Amino acid sequence: MPALNRRDIVAKLLADRGDDLLVIPGLGQCAYDCYAAGDDPRTFYLWGAMGGAVPMGMGLAVAQPDKRVLVVTGDGELLMGLGSLAAAAAENLPNLAIAVIDNERYGETGQQQTATGRGADIAGIAAAAGFGTTKLVRDAAGVAEGVSLCRTAPGPVLVTFKVDHASQDMAIPPKDGAYLKTRFRQAVIGKI
Amino acid sequence: MSDRSLRPLCLQTHPSDGPNQGTYAPMSEWRDDIFECLREAGVRQVAYVPDAGHARLITRCQEANDMRALSLTTEEDGVALLAGAWLGGDKGVLLMQSSGVGNTINMLSLIKNCQFPLVTLVTMRGEWGEFNTWQVPMGQSTQAHFELSGVICYRCDKPEDVAETVASALRFAYYTNSAVAVLLGQRLIGAKIFAED
Repeated sequence: MPALNRRDIVAKLLADRGDDLLVIPGLGQCAYDCYAAGDDPRTFYLWGAMGGAVPMGMGLAVAQPDKRVLVVTGDGELLMGLGSLAAAAAENLPNLAIAVIDNERYGETGQQQTATGRGADIAGIAAAAGFGTTKLVRDAAGVAEGVSLCRTAPGPVLVTFKVDHASQDMAIPPKDGAYLKTRFRQAVIGKI
Repeated sequence: MSDRSLRPLCLQTHPSDGPNQGTYAPMSEWRDDIFECLREAGVRQVAYVPDAGHARLITRCQEANDMRALSLTTEEDGVALLAGAWLGGDKGVLLMQSSGVGNTINMLSLIKNCQFPLVTLVTMRGEWGEFNTWQVPMGQSTQAHFELSGVICYRCDKPEDVAETVASALRFAYYTNSAVAVLLGQRLIGAKIFAED
């Protein structure tokens, strides 16, 4: 049983974020975790678009090369778009980091086991795809380094955090997509 | 007479077609017209899943120092990528073949919900002069799939219409936060023809 708590990990990933961290949370628990860590206009919560968090982070990272782009997503979301890891590695974006909050479950649909619960290693897949920096964090001893890699290491970076699948307090972010888009652009580029 | 190998006369391929076995038809200027339209509109990111019908345009975008061409493994990633680009202030386009349109359907909900602009230039298969049966279902349903997903379709079958159509699509999408697909007809591109000796 993985030992880490997902809310604690995401809170550490987003701590003291400042204006230069742009965050794309994948749908489901990761969006809730990011909202629980503190709402920010520079966070674009996904409520759908499963498999799209990494390519969305890629487009944002190309457009904003001087800012850090952090995709925070789950194992189920990422498994739907594994090809995007190959594309992201090939583009070699120095400001792109991906944190995989891996509970080995499809948490929104009844806790069915994902492939990571049956042997798939997303950090290993990312390394094989060409990511220069990857890490698998299984316990508290690796958290600080994993968080540091996500926030500051030259990208592309992917860190998998193995977390438990205990239920969390409700934390429901805005789901009006046009609002989320507009506030993000206003905060980051100063126009709608 | 026993040689029944397939002889490509004119080629338009997609990764799913397998290795490139043939030669290209003479390139016409409309592909350069598209490039100039993209540059004129200030397009910075060109996401693509390769297609021979777009090959010259992809090369020109790769060589342009004011654009970034991004090679993707599946078309829905291009939809998400362009949304991310727009969040960061970049205009983008997605180049693909009609056989990839079905892959984009769920990701187009991101565009519709958030009112992101989207411009995609789609080279058509499965219509005018097609030889490959397997291209027909997706080619024939491309426009319907797009329209059900909220994407407005412009169509081009004549070279002289391409520049005006692409320029209009870019302007319309970016100014009105709309999703627009330009369908570049197989009659325009040149059908891939295989003949038996």
